[in-house]
Amino acid sequence: MTATLPADPAPKAADERLLDASPLHRLLGRPELGSVIGAVAVFLFFAVLADSFLSSLDTVLYAASTIGIMAVPVALLMIGGEFDLSAGVLVTSAALTSTMVAYEMTANVWVGVFVSLLVTLAIGFFNGYMLVRTGLPSFIITLGTYLMLWGANIGITKRIQGTVSTKSISDMQGFESARVLFASSIDVGSFKVRVTILWWIGLVALATWILLRTRWGNWIFAVGGGKDAARAVGVPVQRTKIGLYLGVAVAAWISGQHLLFSFSGVVQSAEGRGLELHYIAAAVIGGCLLTGGYGSAIGAAIGALIFGMAKQGIVYAQWDSDWFWFFLGAMLLLATILNSWVRKRAEAAR
Amino acid sequence: MARSTRVFAAVATATLLAVAAAGCSDSGGKDAEENDGGGGGGGGVNTPRMEIAMVTHSAPGDTFWDIVQSGSKQAAAKDNVEFLYANSEKDDEQARLVQTFVDKKVDGIVVTLAKPEAMKSAVQAAVDAGIPVVTINSGAEFSKEYGALSHIGQEESVAGEAVGEELNERGRKNAVCVIHEQGNVGLEQRCAGVKKTFSGSVENLTVDGASKPAVLSGIQAKLEADGGIDSVVTLNADVAASAVEAKDASGSKAEVATFDLNAAVAASLESKQLSFAVDQQPYLQGYLAVDELWLYETNGNVIGGGQTVLTGPAIVTEEDAPDLKKFTERGTR
Repeated sequence: MTATLPADPAPKAADERLLDASPLHRLLGRPELGSVIGAVAVFLFFAVLADSFLSSLDTVLYAASTIGIMAVPVALLMIGGEFDLSAGVLVTSAALTSTMVAYEMTANVWVGVFVSLLVTLAIGFFNGYMLVRTGLPSFIITLGTYLMLWGANIGITKRIQGTVSTKSISDMQGFESARVLFASSIDVGSFKVRVTILWWIGLVALATWILLRTRWGNWIFAVGGGKDAARAVGVPVQRTKIGLYLGVAVAAWISGQHLLFSFSGVVQSAEGRGLELHYIAAAVIGGCLLTGGYGSAIGAAIGALIFGMAKQGIVYAQWDSDWFWFFLGAMLLLATILNSWVRKRAEAAR
Repeated sequence: MARSTRVFAAVATATLLAVAAAGCSDSGGKDAEENDGGGGGGGGVNTPRMEIAMVTHSAPGDTFWDIVQSGSKQAAAKDNVEFLYANSEKDDEQARLVQTFVDKKVDGIVVTLAKPEAMKSAVQAAVDAGIPVVTINSGAEFSKEYGALSHIGQEESVAGEAVGEELNERGRKNAVCVIHEQGNVGLEQRCAGVKKTFSGSVENLTVDGASKPAVLSGIQAKLEADGGIDSVVTLNADVAASAVEAKDASGSKAEVATFDLNAAVAASLESKQLSFAVDQQPYLQGYLAVDELWLYETNGNVIGGGQTVLTGPAIVTEEDAPDLKKFTERGTR
């Protein structure tokens, strides 16, 4: 539409951009529009079908938040045109580092938590640095990191602690205060707000602000839309991409601390495999394009919400759990198809 | 680029120094760990050096199989045995690993028969090559047929039946059996065993074992959806901890019972958050298998006289917890 300007612009001329600025059209142009409708559909579906779905929305939100915290930076990364297959096991690495550092040094638990942040950031930096230095696809780089971390998680844990799951640090100093920050919950009436939900909302707000209100946001869209064009107009492509991987690392660190502090301080070293696909799925359901350059943090949050609702709803509906993964897959596919259909209609109507 | 690298390194160094200066924990941690030595062992024997390989169907990093290995290593240290270990969840790969050890001409092979059909030719190839084979864990009914010396393990369905009976004794009516790995035959057999002897109703629940938050919210959802559930049966020690969390979070009165042990399970038994656990003594499976091959080589002995040697099910409760805590913490029980 924008490509064809009539020879005589008088009647329409600047209208096009003016029209786009009207609230309705701005809404229709948002990447998350389709996913909102998908989310409403999934919500209504289970609200009608599953008895305790409505009364247990706090559990649904918790399930969504554990995916959602990671889906935010993963979505930014995808908007920036890259993938991270190591995100799932990186969460486990972050949890393992905290617990083993604290235990082995007999240090205050917070020492482990901070060392873990550094280690996790270093791994994120490694992903980003390797990517920009080698020019290999992020798929390959992070697949390598994924396998290395998976092996290292098990190997190092076994070597240091003697068994494949860690020793409990729940009786150590600092555990309770760290638990408050990463794994507590607040009762609001009968509604149990887990702290992961607050982390999630905070990250979504931060990411949305970065994307829409800062120079960094423009850079992210630019490098995802076209690296060379971005570089040509002076966007620091390498720094932006490394920064995006550091973002994933920070969220993995938060998720890892939750994993550690909500489960009596014991971490299973082989955990986390396959979760990276859940994060990517949440981002895609939320309207991020697999090709980069398009998407939003709010969309990823709604994607995570759909994921969480489907996951929990299937149990609340008391469907035969042998079919769990089938149902989950079908729900996600339906939500995504609805999502892209709505987006196409919205774009056509524009 | 270079600047960001340097800044990162500087921040890292500074924080590490700050962290090193920070306080230590007065409670828990490595300093509190009593040195009661799990490994090591006595002087051993002076029989000729043997090479024994074990090939299991374990996923990497599985607590259960880690304990099996501890048992094997302990026996190997004592028997002057070089112990080799390999594992693969995929049946064709597991069979190939066995073949590799046959080609390597080891002195004995320990193998699991979780996927018996896939392992048949590999086990027979070992036997044909004159390498004695001991099967462990599951697949007792195939062991002799394939030509193995003996089978050391627990029948999964028998273990499940024991749980069903224990639930009956505790007057339970409505149980959920949590399957954390969909399509795992052994796990299905356990739940089927529970169903067989339990006079109440049993429902299976599939959860995503790769993520603890997912396990927690899945079980919690089930408890919220059906208030009549009075027992949750988990099939692995790590899932048990999440089930206890889920029970607390949902306000359910259900009792949690589990298969297999770890340190957290022992602690939960003691605090009565877990009502009981079924121990199949994985350490014994690993230990006896190596010992059996050594005994056969040096003295022609067959433990159990060719009959299946059962290592479980043994039901443990809070009464056993103090001892179990000591053993589970060092990873041998």
